Amino acid sequence: MAKFAKKKDGDLPAVSTASLPDIVFMLLFFFMTVTTMKDSSIMVENNLPTANQTKKLEKKDRIIYIFAGKPTREYQNVYGTETRIQLNDKFANVNDVGSYILEERAKKPQELQNVLTTALKVDSEANMGLISDIKLELRKVNALKVNYTTSEGDAFNNLN
Amino acid sequence: MPRRKGAPEVNAGSMADIAFLLLIFFLVTTTIETDSGLDRMLPPIEPPTEEPPVIKEKNIFTVNINKNGQLLVEEKIMDIKNLREAAIAFLDNGGAAQGSPEYCNYCKGKRDITSSDNPNKAIISLKNDRETKYSTYITVQNELVGAYNDLRNREAQRLYNQDFVKMEAEYLNPETPKDTRDELKDKVRRIQELFPQKLSEAETSN
Repeated sequence: MAKFAKKKDGDLPAVSTASLPDIVFMLLFFFMTVTTMKDSSIMVENNLPTANQTKKLEKKDRIIYIFAGKPTREYQNVYGTETRIQLNDKFANVNDVGSYILEERAKKPQELQNVLTTALKVDSEANMGLISDIKLELRKVNALKVNYTTSEGDAFNNLN
Repeated sequence: MPRRKGAPEVNAGSMADIAFLLLIFFLVTTTIETDSGLDRMLPPIEPPTEEPPVIKEKNIFTVNINKNGQLLVEEKIMDIKNLREAAIAFLDNGGAAQGSPEYCNYCKGKRDITSSDNPNKAIISLKNDRETKYSTYITVQNELVGAYNDLRNREAQRLYNQDFVKMEAEYLNPETPKDTRDELKDKVRRIQELFPQKLSEAETSN
């Protein structure tokens, strides 16, 4: 008789949250696919200049990065405020650049060793003297393909 | 009498927390790829015995940047905003006389005999001071590359009804199918030969 009893106790049914994990997982996969791992923490200030005639750096495995700029605040007591070069995770001198390039080049597979690009990520405030020295070092080890990494934007913004 | 139940349902309420934790971990440790920039080739170091080739003065467009970021272009002070136009005028000049082997039949410039003979011969020489700011240097580089791109776009529009920059980006994109890329390769090469990028960077003066 009482087979259809007790259906109304007045409460609103709870909203099912069972699909919440699915939604979050979807977000997670989205971020996992569009982002890449940070491979080195940047220890120098790195406000890239803007430019609009740029080309994309397509293949990440063919790129060697060189950072340059003022050390960030936490390193300023030790390394001062003069523009410095950062290779991998440590500060370096200009004459270390050549051996660094050779070392990185040796780590890459044989078929990529001739198509490597050196990406120079240099702070806008840096002086050209340091860049010229880096360029000379690069020429010495025959790493001639360089890319001045910039952020997208009108180039005249740099002048202010 | 107790009814026989199936296996008790596992509480999945904390699943969302676990997923959020993972999500936040990936958000923190990754960066969105934004790498793009100006591609340049450095000149190889020449053996000291080799004689430098003789280049006519009129085929060289000199750009000097001083430490305050001011430009000296062809011995005259110039605002950086006018640099692209001046570079285009120089590259596109085509000063060689009609009938000579260096005559440029696609140039639309003034054909001034005191300026460059042919885009193949025209060289832009960029010099900078050691104290020039990097951002100024990038602006100048950007304008010079822009001058080449403008001219190449013009030729690509004329020959293939397409922008050169777009063609090149598609050619370099690894996701473009191979046959499209092969087809683009010849076109891109051809345009590049019409206006080869000859941008020489001398060593810094002090």
